[in-house]
Amino acid sequence: MSSSIFKNILRFVLLILLQVAIFNNINFLGYINPYPYILFILLFPVGDNRALLIFTSFLLGLTLDMFSNSGGMHAAASVTIAYLRPWILQSIFGIAYEYNAIKVAKADFGERLLYISILVFTHHLILFFAESFNFSDIIYILKKTLFSGIFSVLLCMLFITLFSLKRK
Amino acid sequence: MQQIVNFLIKYRNFLLFAFLLFLSLVFTIQSHSYHRSKFVNSANFLSGGIYGGLDDISEYFDLKIHNAQLVEENNRLRSRLYNLTDKKDQKLDTLAFNSLYRFTTAKVINNNYNLKDNFITLRGGSKKGIKQDLGVITSKGLVGIVDRVSSNYATVLSILNSNSQINAKLKKSNHFGILVWKGGDPNIVDLVDVQSKAPVALGDTIVTGGKSTIFPEGIGIGTINNFKLDPSENFYTIKIKLFNDMTNVGYVYVIENMNGDEIKTLEQQTVDEQ
Repeated sequence: MSSSIFKNILRFVLLILLQVAIFNNINFLGYINPYPYILFILLFPVGDNRALLIFTSFLLGLTLDMFSNSGGMHAAASVTIAYLRPWILQSIFGIAYEYNAIKVAKADFGERLLYISILVFTHHLILFFAESFNFSDIIYILKKTLFSGIFSVLLCMLFITLFSLKRK
Repeated sequence: MQQIVNFLIKYRNFLLFAFLLFLSLVFTIQSHSYHRSKFVNSANFLSGGIYGGLDDISEYFDLKIHNAQLVEENNRLRSRLYNLTDKKDQKLDTLAFNSLYRFTTAKVINNNYNLKDNFITLRGGSKKGIKQDLGVITSKGLVGIVDRVSSNYATVLSILNSNSQINAKLKKSNHFGILVWKGGDPNIVDLVDVQSKAPVALGDTIVTGGKSTIFPEGIGIGTINNFKLDPSENFYTIKIKLFNDMTNVGYVYVIENMNGDEIKTLEQQTVDEQ
């Protein structure tokens, strides 16, 4: 149990540092940045402690907002996907969710990709909408969501594969 | 009472979510207006310290460029010094040295340009005399205005920010307008509300106007890249190519107008008495 807590704290800190030091400075084609820090929310242990997940996601988002001077954009997006996560897990993994037996890293490739994509795109849509705060920029928001989203999904899949290899 | 408690327990996750979402939306809305992001900004010891540490590593990659910029600036200042025609101005009066504008140097440790509202973080805060609302420039031109200050760090509202509105004018004719940025290319900004009588031509230089207490008059901003009249044909909207490469800003100068407070109090009194 305590090793799980330690692992999650370590993941929190490492993902924030990676995001701030590397992924916020990629600026592919001028404005495309991936946001793989939400891996923390994706990989948070499945259980009934939803309040803890919602609260730590808020902290995660707010820490990133502090680094990028963006008010509460990341916090709003993170807290929303943290709240929505149980329903998405349930609709994708179905019966396994009832028994708390899901390990995202060990799920089928298709299910894993679907799960990550839904959460990543929801997160990015809220994030970029909060950034521009203007319905007239909808094309810009959708464009940014799509391109950054693809980038983030790729990176999340890559990280999960990399860090679960040795356990096979 | 029992039912209220039951309701709270049943929907505790939703209530927590709603409360945190509300909080983050308040922060977001605050960040969309000028000088309102009170709580969440990178001028604190944690993010400032981490950005400072990262910059200690990455500054070596830009050393060549920064050296070249310094030599170029020295060269320009030297040629101006030795070509002074009016030698009478060269008095060595130490009392008058910082009488109009005081310059402080600072190092950029974090720079954004891919968002709609971009900020720059500086190493150097109130301990070095940096205050809110001071102007920030490089040797080439305009960078932004100081937003939040802590004892060792400061954030700068970059000109690449939708809240930034800086007075600027044509160098050759004093027709002025407002400098705004609408997102997209970090090297192009817009100058709006320029009178249609102004003699606008491609390649003309745009400099800061002397109408604010923040910047001295005549600091370079960029050259005219493209321009068009608005539909009512009263005002020009001018696209400006910046002198600064906003994606690579190393060392900056923070300018303090020593008479700024006096001018502001006077203007405030005039407004109050009306």
